[in-house]
Amino acid sequence: MTPATLAPRPDRRAQWLLIGLAVALTLFIVVVPLVYIFWRALSEGFAVFAQNILAPDTLHAIWLTSAVAVITLPVNLAVGIAAAWLIARFTFPGRKALLTIIELPFSISPIIAGVCYLLLYGRQGLLGPALAAGDVKILFALPGIVMVTLFVTGPFVAREVLPLMQAQGSEQEQAALTLGASGWQIFCRVTLPNIRWALLYGAVLATARAVGEFGAVSVVSGAIRGQTMTLPLQIELLFNDLNTVGAFAAASTLTLIALVVLVLKTVLEGRTR
Amino acid sequence: MSVAAVAGLPAGRQRRVLPGFGLTMGLVLTYVGIIVLLPVIALFLKGAEIGPLRFWEIVTAPRTLAALRLTLTAAALATVFNAFYGLLMAWVLVRYRFPGRRLLDAMMDIPFALPTAVAGLALTALFSENGWYGAILAPAGIGVVYTIWGVAVAMSFTSIPFVVRTVQPILEDLDPGQEEAARTLGATPFQIFTRVIFPAILPSFLVGTTIAFARSLGEFGAVIFIAGNLPMKTEIASLLAVIRLEEYDYNGAAAIALTLVAIAMVLLVVSNWLQARLTRRRVPA
Repeated sequence: MTPATLAPRPDRRAQWLLIGLAVALTLFIVVVPLVYIFWRALSEGFAVFAQNILAPDTLHAIWLTSAVAVITLPVNLAVGIAAAWLIARFTFPGRKALLTIIELPFSISPIIAGVCYLLLYGRQGLLGPALAAGDVKILFALPGIVMVTLFVTGPFVAREVLPLMQAQGSEQEQAALTLGASGWQIFCRVTLPNIRWALLYGAVLATARAVGEFGAVSVVSGAIRGQTMTLPLQIELLFNDLNTVGAFAAASTLTLIALVVLVLKTVLEGRTR
Repeated sequence: MSVAAVAGLPAGRQRRVLPGFGLTMGLVLTYVGIIVLLPVIALFLKGAEIGPLRFWEIVTAPRTLAALRLTLTAAALATVFNAFYGLLMAWVLVRYRFPGRRLLDAMMDIPFALPTAVAGLALTALFSENGWYGAILAPAGIGVVYTIWGVAVAMSFTSIPFVVRTVQPILEDLDPGQEEAARTLGATPFQIFTRVIFPAILPSFLVGTTIAFARSLGEFGAVIFIAGNLPMKTEIASLLAVIRLEEYDYNGAAAIALTLVAIAMVLLVVSNWLQARLTRRRVPA
């Protein structure tokens, strides 16, 4: 029973005008840019496209971005589950404050997160001199890129899993406990099956973000060619080098990932909601 | 009755009957401490080091003011567009049934799914003089790339979903009875919209536009491609903070970053307040 079927009268012309306007604007703003990415990437033929993707620096960027995604995913899963378990299953002083802090990265723009990291670990940063003395390299290297990516992607898993665990309550887990199950048994046999789709959904969103993050990573990476360039940074480098087709080739791989994520998201939303 | 009570455990332990408190608390605190809190604290400590006078000097320096003005103006332009576009999309997606509606709905998620650097690259190329859009606009004397309009275009693209996705569920849940009543009382469709529907969705609409505005202020990846980043002209505030870092002017960077965080926090408080009003209103319905 939709309002549209309730009210067939209010004139159809206005309706089709609005639909037409909505479709036209969406075409211009969203669809055309999407198509344009692939069109430009392939504008000089598939051979050039393959050549661009297989350029050593771009391959290295793909490798680095994959490495960041592979490292951040298990951390995000572990911390997301732990945070959801902690907040959904226990009451303790400071519970609300902890939740606010866990969600804090969503209200700080990624570029500011990058600036914070530099103010902490940079040459004149709070811990900079100590790190330099101990010859520990965090900035302009993989650890910094991973840490700032964790900052940006941290809340995704908890945000999907926590509401579900709160809604489900802990009766099943408590029953398992009285039947003599150990903590891990409860988690693996009771909790995990209950939250698996939300967990997967959160993991997909976090990983998509880890792969595509630009602002935060650009500050801490130092943009060393062929070394600390993730794929999004490589796009900017190629663009600034006036290798536009190469930039679009690199961008098209990220766009494909984004489209896959969208399909996964649609499928998983049906399962979690 | 809780299991703890059944099992006859002391009442004090009742809350923590499930295992894993120590483990999860330890893991979460370690993670939050290292990844989130330490860097944020560093920003505030650096900011406190500067002193109010120097802070004021940095923030009111011509180049900083120009950057802040550009960021706020472009974000406002982007938000005005997104407010209209978002409302239109929410309305069309909820109220009308037409072929391709689900596809159109899925399109609304693309700006979130697409990495911002990719969006920036595509928009810059499209609007540059030899791009599909630029080729039409340039002869008309409209320049987008390297102007404030380009910044606004990039900002609006990356924050498209906010208004749509906040208004959509409220519009879906709206009680059709009120509209029916208004119609039987002789209201025109326009009157029904302005007097019945719009007041009902207004809080969610404002929440959506506030979040969209906040997101636009923080947008970096998409903007720096299209902006050209000319000091005093098309340089956004967050880029200026990064430039200060590269010049080893950590105080300058911290002051600008703190100003942006302060603006973001004010917007967050506003949106939370609106959200609280929104939920309070929805309770009786």
